[in-house]
Amino acid sequence: MNVRVTDTAARSVGRIHVAHISISLGSGANAFEAVSGLDFAVAPGELVCVLGPSGCGKSTLLGALAGHLTIASGRLTIDDQPVAGPRPDLGMVFQQHTLFPWKRVRYNVAFGPKMRGICKAERLRAADEILDLVGLAGFETFYPSQLSGGMLQRVEIARVLINQPRVLLMDEPFSALDAQTRSMMQEVLLDIWTKIPTTTVFVTHDIDEALFLADRIIVMSARPGRVLEDIRLQFGRPRLPELVTEFEFVRLKRHVLNLLRRPDGAAPLARLNPLGVEAK
Amino acid sequence: MAHAADTGRLRAFRLLSRLGSILVCIALWQFASVLHLNLGVVTFRNVPAPTEVAQSAIVLMKSPKLLARISSSLYRVFAGYGAAALIGIALGFAIGRSRAAGDLLLPPLEVLRPIPAVAWIPLSILMFPSSELSMIFITFIGALFPIILNTVHGVANVDRRLIASARSLGGTPIAILREVVLPGAAPSIVTGLAIGMGTSWFCLVTAEMIAGQFGIGYYTWEAYTLQNYADIIVGMLVIGLLGMGSSWLLTTLGEFLMPWRRPAAAR
Repeated sequence: MNVRVTDTAARSVGRIHVAHISISLGSGANAFEAVSGLDFAVAPGELVCVLGPSGCGKSTLLGALAGHLTIASGRLTIDDQPVAGPRPDLGMVFQQHTLFPWKRVRYNVAFGPKMRGICKAERLRAADEILDLVGLAGFETFYPSQLSGGMLQRVEIARVLINQPRVLLMDEPFSALDAQTRSMMQEVLLDIWTKIPTTTVFVTHDIDEALFLADRIIVMSARPGRVLEDIRLQFGRPRLPELVTEFEFVRLKRHVLNLLRRPDGAAPLARLNPLGVEAK
Repeated sequence: MAHAADTGRLRAFRLLSRLGSILVCIALWQFASVLHLNLGVVTFRNVPAPTEVAQSAIVLMKSPKLLARISSSLYRVFAGYGAAALIGIALGFAIGRSRAAGDLLLPPLEVLRPIPAVAWIPLSILMFPSSELSMIFITFIGALFPIILNTVHGVANVDRRLIASARSLGGTPIAILREVVLPGAAPSIVTGLAIGMGTSWFCLVTAEMIAGQFGIGYYTWEAYTLQNYADIIVGMLVIGLLGMGSSWLLTTLGEFLMPWRRPAAAR
């Protein structure tokens, strides 16, 4: 594991460049622009939260970063390579887990290495190792249906990280969990991210979550999504749960709340997801 | 402890009452046929009593022909059904995964689908050189449509997030087919196989009655024409047992192939 950490740091991989991209969804008369003229960059190893109201196109943006959606205009590069389609080095964690119900946990995690043609003993050893790192030692032979929501997302994260991705893309991964599990998972994520520093783009609509996790918060407007503000957080690490009661945290939370306040009477937008419009 | 004893007693009582229910039915049957009960619409005048049926069953079991009869029926079902399973699953995959294949293959299948397999019997006798082949064809047609339709349904309804996720993890189209689509569609395919098994037995028995030589359906029909009325019921019971056995085989196979769907999945 240590080899990988120094490797990643030395190669400084995972630089994201988003230059003036627009993404259209739907077709024919139902087509609309989900994201319009978006610009930002993420440095290697940075943990960036993209925060915005429901339906603002933040998940759409993530879908484009992961290669599941194509951009209509602009330029999107990761380590100077344009994103042409889904790849194992663009790791994606969905809101609801996408583990294969028919594979035991360790075989789920070993899926990426299997696709790369790594031999069975080797890939299972790697899977068990990374499962240990996300705190699931002892659950290797369970089926997904036997695990709790928080455990399922840990497996999901492990399954992505075993591919040593350049970027980790997370689409509201904890929003379906109960409050207690969610805050525990935030700490788990920061712990994993410290051990395997990977450029992370974390989409959420939970202001507390963004403030607790991020180095930087990109606040997006309602659709078509634009960058409202790019906030760099100065909180030190490791982040402790008490952080959420600190004065600076509360001040920033109030500031972001004001940014995101929806005009009275505006209709809420349909939810989007990284694979396009309204699909299960 | 008292509670456990109570549930044990309750279970024994329920078992006894179920067994009793069957015995009462057989007793009523015996009663009706011995008295030649005539209810106007339905008459038991020609219905053999359970005791006669039991005697005939013993005779059939001792006869060397039993194995030949059952095995020729089993052979027909497994040939027709096996072909339907292979072709049905393959077609179902093609239609479920590719729009072009769907456009090309679905229209003729949709036209043929509403025709009950039994309606194929006259034409298939004309089409095939031997009655053996025509009977196998009928069983094939009977099983084919439920297998195709359930496979299409299963393949088309595989969670597309799972497929997206597999692509993100580096899965090639072939690997995704094998690792995601096949197991994802498996429950629905097994349902289609189970329905197909039922219809193919149904079709086989009908085909044997009309066109057959040997076979358990033929045996039942022959008993009627030879006025061995007890043998009719023996034939019916054997057909029922064979059908039950094949669906048990399928359920067991399904559980074996899909361990993740067992209520308490093995660790």
